[in-house]
Amino acid sequence: MTAPSAWARFAVRALLGTGGVLAVAGLWEAYKALGPDTGVVVHGVVVLPRTTDMAMPHVWDMLHKFSQPVNIFSGHQTVGSAVLDACVFSLKLAATGWLIGVVVGFALAVLMARFRLAESAMLPWIVLSQTVPLIAIAPLVRRWGSQIHIGGWTWTSENSVAVIAAYLAFFPVAVGALRGLRSPDATHLDLMHAYGVGWWRGLVKLRLPASVPYLLPALRLAAASAVIGTVVAEVSIGLRGGVGRMIIEYAQSAGGDPAKPWAPIFGAIGVGLVAAGAVGLIGLLLRPYRRGEAS
Amino acid sequence: MTHALTDDAVTKDGCAIRASGVGRVFAGTKGHQVIALDDVHLEVAEGEFVSLIGPSGCGKSTLLRIVADLDHPTSGSLTVFGKSTHQARVDQDYGIAFQQAGLLPWRTVAANVGLPLEVHGVARSDRQTRVEELLELVGLTDFARSYPDQLSGGMQQRVAIARALAESPRLLLMDEPFGALDEITRERMQAELVRICSETGAAVLFVTHSIPEAVFLSDRVVVMTPRPGRIIEIVDSRPTAGHARDDEFRDAEEFFHTIARVRELLHGGPVAAARGVETR
Repeated sequence: MTAPSAWARFAVRALLGTGGVLAVAGLWEAYKALGPDTGVVVHGVVVLPRTTDMAMPHVWDMLHKFSQPVNIFSGHQTVGSAVLDACVFSLKLAATGWLIGVVVGFALAVLMARFRLAESAMLPWIVLSQTVPLIAIAPLVRRWGSQIHIGGWTWTSENSVAVIAAYLAFFPVAVGALRGLRSPDATHLDLMHAYGVGWWRGLVKLRLPASVPYLLPALRLAAASAVIGTVVAEVSIGLRGGVGRMIIEYAQSAGGDPAKPWAPIFGAIGVGLVAAGAVGLIGLLLRPYRRGEAS
Repeated sequence: MTHALTDDAVTKDGCAIRASGVGRVFAGTKGHQVIALDDVHLEVAEGEFVSLIGPSGCGKSTLLRIVADLDHPTSGSLTVFGKSTHQARVDQDYGIAFQQAGLLPWRTVAANVGLPLEVHGVARSDRQTRVEELLELVGLTDFARSYPDQLSGGMQQRVAIARALAESPRLLLMDEPFGALDEITRERMQAELVRICSETGAAVLFVTHSIPEAVFLSDRVVVMTPRPGRIIEIVDSRPTAGHARDDEFRDAEEFFHTIARVRELLHGGPVAAARGVETR
């Protein structure tokens, strides 16, 4: 075989990925150096931002910020470690939300694949559920949740955030898994029927494995949605400790320290990348079931 | 006799398939009814190779699907080894292969062949032995660990045939299994099938729209017409004594004779002698 080895292909992709990030940074700096201070204005409309240090801090200033103390009162903690703590906090909530969303979404998909009636009854509501603004449901979830007391356990704001993340994450899974569970060919279904296999056995032997190529992109989307849901929910619930709240806090110091608000934004991107990467690992584990993708 | 015939179930009348007055009407659009099959009488003896041939829409696939209990007749009755088609399906009395090989892409060749055994709870070690036998039968021993996407169309179809034979059925239902293959592969597969059938002794109901294929493989060729799907005639296509179904038979006078006869029936009138024309 003359095909490049897996490692060589990985190296090429890693290089291309790094190149892409560097290109964005380069574009940023190039525009900042060459663009007019007042930004590009066409007929009174600002089409490109101002290039002052206030509006567009240098890339290296943003990066440098990570190694600096959070503020004069905070002592030793640097922005970097504060952002990292916040990211870990948010990532945990996002992961919980993702897991709940995947379980719920998948259960709904199985139900809809099994019963046409369930699909007709639920699918419109599932689609509709995603048109409700998160800002609107966040306080509701929090208020309803706070009424739940089971034994010594009480509902926390963290639970609310995870539930809201799940609310976003379940959607792609429900839709993607439903398509996947419906994906087997007529020939395959006939075959299962000929073997006298019932629906639930067929689910395990045929529909479930066949759904993997549809499920993986759905899981990745769900991961991204869970991160966004977590960040937005943290803001609208006012939960301290995560990147969401940190983005708001740091934005307030933009006037005196324009590079600082970017730190938690990069942090949030990092959380998203870690989440997507984790799903990528799941994809590696399920590789045998993805052979259909090629053909 | 081979293991395929030592099955414990005893056939009362020596018939693999017995169809009497079978009809199938589909409800079409705007209240129109489509008569896919009309008053079909057919008997297939045990170990007999019978082909259904006719233009598309003549109901040949529908008939096969009814035998397989994947569809149901709207009139008449059909039994498989003297049982209802439902019972025959539950008892796994038949193996089935379609035009699409229909292999599960995430399973290896061996796991695909073993699939029917697996879903019917055959122990792993027995399964392994049987799969090895089957792969040897279809000449794919070296590809046991390959995945379907690594195989050619002909090889995939061979895997599908091995899978259909997994439970040593006494009846094999094949719905244009070689329809998607190229000419050369097709002839090779036909030769393989002749060999496999003689080794297993199974009866075969074979749907095709290739006249030479039907004549080459079958003991009898059932010629059908569309709208409504009916049997016009059943042509005996057994090679006369002394002839085997091999490549020589493809050049034999009687082979062309039978082809011409089937052709005539399909075209509804005499057709110019068949030699030299399409012999697929």
